[in-house]
Amino acid sequence: MEHFLSLFVRSVFIENMALAFFLGMCSFLAMSKKINAAIGLGIAVIVVQTITVPANNLILTYLLKEDALAWAGVTGVDLTFLSFISFIGVIAAIVQILEMVMDKFLPALYNALGVFLPLITVNCVIMGGSLFMVERDYHFGESVVYGLGSGTGWAIAIVLLAGILEKMKYSDVPEGLRGLGITFITVGLMSLGFMSFGGISL
Amino acid sequence: MSSKAKDLLVKPILENNPVILQILGICSALAVTSSVKVSLVMAIGLTLVSAFSNLFVSLVRNYLPSSVRIIAQMIIISALVIVVDQVLKAVAYDISKQLSVFVGLIITNCIVMGRTEAFALKNPPVPSFLDGIGHGLGYSVLLIVIATVRELFGAGKWFGIQVLPTISDGGWYVPNGLLLLPPSAFFIIGIIIWAMRTWKKNQVEKESFKISPNSIKTQEIA
Repeated sequence: MEHFLSLFVRSVFIENMALAFFLGMCSFLAMSKKINAAIGLGIAVIVVQTITVPANNLILTYLLKEDALAWAGVTGVDLTFLSFISFIGVIAAIVQILEMVMDKFLPALYNALGVFLPLITVNCVIMGGSLFMVERDYHFGESVVYGLGSGTGWAIAIVLLAGILEKMKYSDVPEGLRGLGITFITVGLMSLGFMSFGGISL
Repeated sequence: MSSKAKDLLVKPILENNPVILQILGICSALAVTSSVKVSLVMAIGLTLVSAFSNLFVSLVRNYLPSSVRIIAQMIIISALVIVVDQVLKAVAYDISKQLSVFVGLIITNCIVMGRTEAFALKNPPVPSFLDGIGHGLGYSVLLIVIATVRELFGAGKWFGIQVLPTISDGGWYVPNGLLLLPPSAFFIIGIIIWAMRTWKKNQVEKESFKISPNSIKTQEIA
C-alpha cells in the first residue's frame, strides 16, 4: 500500500507531466486562458489517463511482449516494435467509446467535457503516460496508480496556470511578450516552484 | 527551384515558425534540448517523419473518406515513427536511450498531424513533401538554437566539445546550472518569442482587453 501511495505522490508532484516532462504542452498553453475550460480539460485527462495506461499495460503484457502470446500457443514472437501503433490505436478507440458512452448515459457530463475529448487523442500526456509505463516496467496495479497520478498532476498544473493567467489580465505586459511569451515565462517559474518537490525522496 | 517551392521550404523557418507562432510541437522542443547532439537527432527524426507523412497522406488523399482520415493519418505517422525508432535503436543506441519516450511522442507531435491535416490533404505530393521539410526545418532551427544556448552556457560545451573552459577544469567560466534544468527551456522560448515579436511587429498578439481610464472618479471630481 505504501508503495502505491508513494508512486502516486511522485507522479503528481515530483514527476509532474506538464512541469517536469513538458508533456501535453500544446493544449496546456491553448486551453489555459479560462479557468473553467482548464478544469474541464483537466478532469477529462484524468479520466482518459486512468483508463488508457492500464489498458495499454494489459495489451503490452498479454499481446506484445516477448513470448506474451504463449497463452495462444504461439511462442518466440516479439511484437514490442508494434507498441506505438497499438497504443495510439487503443487511445483513439477508448476516447471514442468514452465519448459515445457519456453521450448516452451521462449527458450532463458529456456536455461539460465533450468538446475536450477529441483534443485528448493527440495529447502527448496520454501517449507519454503509456510510454513511461513501458519504460519503467510498471505492472498492472502500478499502472493504474500511475495513470491516476500523472493525470491528476497534469490537471493540477493546468488549473494553477489558468488561475495565474486570469489574474495576470490586469498587469501591463510589454508588447512583444503579450500572450504566448508571458505564458511561457509564467510556466517556467511554476516549473521552478515544482522543482522544490524534487528534494523529497520516497 | 520555383519561387513557390522556395516559399514552402523557407517560410516556416522565420515568418511562420511552427513552434513560436503556431504553438505546435512544444513538448519535445522543451524536453530534449539540454544537449545539442540529442536535439539534432530529434530534429532530423521529426523532419523526416513530417516530410514523409505529408508525402504519403497526400498520395492517398483522393481515396480517403473524410470520416476516417484522422485514424488513417495516425497510422501512417505511427508507422513512420516506428521506422525512425527502430533505426535509432540499431544505429545510435545511447542517443535513443537519452531521448527515451520522446521519439515515440513524435506521433502526437502537433506539427506532423497539423501539417498532414492542413496541407497534405489538399495538395499534390511534391509540394506537400516540401511543406513537411519546411516545417521540420522550422522546428529544427528553433531546437538547435535553444540547445546551443542551454549547452553552451549551462555546461560550457557545444556538441560535447569544451568551448568555454569551466572553473572545475581550471578555466574561467562558471557554468550556469539553471540552464541545464527543465525550467530554463521555458524562459529561453519566452525570450525568443519576445525577440521575434519585437523584430516583426505584425506577430504581436492583440490585447484581450484594455483597462478603461478611471472615468467615474474623474467625473465625480469634475
